[in-house]
Amino acid sequence: MRTGIGRQSGTAEPRPETSPPRSGAPAPRPRRRAGDLPVAMVFLLPAAVGFAAFYLWPALRTAYLSFTDYSLLAPPEWAGLDNYRRLLGDRLFWNSLKVTVEYVVINIGVQTIAALGMAVLMHRLTRSGLIRGVLLLPYLVANVVVALIWYTMLDAQLGIVNQALEWIGLDPVAFFGETSTAIPTIALVNVWRHVGYTALLLFAGLQAIPKTVYEAAATDGASEARMFWRITMPLLRPALALVLVLTVIGSFQIFDTVAVTTKGGPINATRVIYYYIYEQAFQRFNFGYAAAVCVALFAILAGLALLQLKLLRAGDSDLD
Amino acid sequence: MSDTLRRLSLRRTAAWAILVLFILITLLPFYWMLRISLSNNRTLFANPGSLMPTDFTFGAFKRVLGIATLAEATAEGGSGAKIDFWRYLANSVVTSAVITVCQVFFSAMAAYAFARLRWPGREKVFFVFLTALMIPPIFTALPNFVTVKQLGLLNTYAGIVLPYLFMTPFAVFFLRQFFLNISREVEEAAIVDGAGHAHIFFRLIVPMSSAPIATISLLVYIGAWNEYFWPLLVGQEDDVRVLTVALGIFRAQSPQAGPDWSGLMAATLLAALPVIALFTVFGRWIVNSIQFSGIK
Repeated sequence: MRTGIGRQSGTAEPRPETSPPRSGAPAPRPRRRAGDLPVAMVFLLPAAVGFAAFYLWPALRTAYLSFTDYSLLAPPEWAGLDNYRRLLGDRLFWNSLKVTVEYVVINIGVQTIAALGMAVLMHRLTRSGLIRGVLLLPYLVANVVVALIWYTMLDAQLGIVNQALEWIGLDPVAFFGETSTAIPTIALVNVWRHVGYTALLLFAGLQAIPKTVYEAAATDGASEARMFWRITMPLLRPALALVLVLTVIGSFQIFDTVAVTTKGGPINATRVIYYYIYEQAFQRFNFGYAAAVCVALFAILAGLALLQLKLLRAGDSDLD
Repeated sequence: MSDTLRRLSLRRTAAWAILVLFILITLLPFYWMLRISLSNNRTLFANPGSLMPTDFTFGAFKRVLGIATLAEATAEGGSGAKIDFWRYLANSVVTSAVITVCQVFFSAMAAYAFARLRWPGREKVFFVFLTALMIPPIFTALPNFVTVKQLGLLNTYAGIVLPYLFMTPFAVFFLRQFFLNISREVEEAAIVDGAGHAHIFFRLIVPMSSAPIATISLLVYIGAWNEYFWPLLVGQEDDVRVLTVALGIFRAQSPQAGPDWSGLMAATLLAALPVIALFTVFGRWIVNSIQFSGIK
C-alpha cells in the first residue's frame, strides 16, 4: 500500500541554522532563518479552525455528554456513570452489537475473498484500466442509490432475483423482510458496492510484488495454486492487513442502507449500532445516552484496529 | 508439451470467465435500473423476468421531472409520492460545489504549511490532524448537530456544508503528499527573486499540482454528492433537501401496495447520473489516485 506516510525525506530535516555557509553557497536568507511559523499560522488558520470546531471539540464533547443527561431542550445535566450502567443492561444495545457484528462478519468475509480473487485475476490476466474502472463503478454511486437498486431487484414480487430463483425451481425469498435474511442481504448488497474498490487496493499491493519472484517460481515449475499460497499471500499480507483494518472499521459504520430499506426491522433484525445511536439521539433525543453508545463504539473500533494490526503484523513485510 | 499448453489455456479461459462474471455482476444492476425506469409501471408486474423494458416509455422520467400530467402519471401506475427533482438536484449541486471549492482550497493551504514551510512542531501538528481520520463520523455528528442547531442553521445550506467546509484530514494528507514531491529548486529561485509565500502558493505550487488538485476535487465532490447521514440530520426540509435524502423520503412515501418502481428507479438513475458521467470522463484519474492514496 503506497500510503506514503513515511515519505517525508527532503523536507523533514531541519534547516541548518547554525552551520556555517559552505564556500560558494548563496548567502543564507534571513527570512527563512527564524522559521516560517507566522506564515504557517496564516496558511493553517482555516483548516485549524475547522479541525478544532468540527473534529476536536465535538469529539471531546461527545465524551463529556456521555456522562450527562441531555435532551437538547435543557442544558446537559451531570449524570455520572448512569448512561454506562444503563448501557450494560440495555438489551437493545447488545442486540445492535450482535447484529452489527453479524453484518461485519458476512460483509468483510465475502468481500475480502471476492476482492482477493478479483485482484489476483486482474493481476494475472490484464492491465486494462477499463476493467478496473468498471469494477470500481458501484463504489462511486451513493449508498442510497445502491440500496434502492437492490431493494427493487430483491423485491418479493417483481424482483429479478426472485424471478431467477423461480426459474431454477426455488421458492421466493423475502430478502429484506425476513429476520433471518435481512442482515445477510444488506451485507451482500454492500459487498457489491465495495468489492471493486477493495480489489483495487489489493491490486495496488500485488503490483508492488517484484515480477522476478514469480518468474523464478515458474522456472522451478511451481503451480499457480502454489504460487498463490507461497508467494502472493505472504507478500500481500501487509497490504491486506491495512485493507482489512480500513474495511472493518468502515463496515461497522453501516447506516445508509439500513436507513433507506429496513429502518432497523423486521423486529430488531437490522437495528445496527449506528442506526441505534441515530434513533436514540435524533428520534428519542437521548443525547447523553447516544453519546455513551458512541464512546462504546469508538472503544470497540480502536481496540479492533490495534488487535488487527498486531495479529497481521501490518508493519513489517516478508519482502525484506 | 502441447498437453500442458492446452491445460494452461483452458485454465486461462476459466480465469477470464470468472473475471467476466464479476464484470457482469457489477453491471447488471445498473442495466436493471435503466430497464425498470424505462418500463410502464403498470405492466412491470406481468413481465418481471423480461430483459427489455416492458411497454417502453419515458413516462417515469416525465413523472420524476414533473412534466407529466396527473392523468398521464396515474395511467402509467405512478403513485402519489412526489419528488421535486429539480430543486433537490439544485440543492445537491450547490452544496457539493461549495464544499468542494472551500474544502480543497483550505486543505491545500494547510497542506502547503505542512509540506513546504518549516516551523517547530510541524510533524506533531500534522499527526494530530491525521488522528481525526480515526474518529468515526457519528462520534462528532451529535455535537456538530447541536452546534448547527444553536447557530440557527438547521435546514439551511450553511448547516449542510459547515462541517465539511474547512478541511478533511484526507484532503490535507492527500495534497501534502504531492506538495512534498515538488522540487525545492523552483521555489528557491522564486524566493531569490523576492517572491512571498502567497505568490509561491498561488503561482507555483497550485499550478504545478493542478492534476492532484483536480483529482481530490473530484473525490470530494463525489463524496459530498453521495453523503446521506449529515444532510439527513440537518437538511430534512423541502427547500434544502439534497437528492440522497429526497430519494430516501421518496421510497418511504411510496405505498406498500403497488409502489411506483419505475418512478423510483428513474429518480435513482437521475441522481446517480452526474457521478457516472464524471466517472466516464475522469475515470482513469480516479482509479490511479485511489491506487496511489490507498486511504479513502
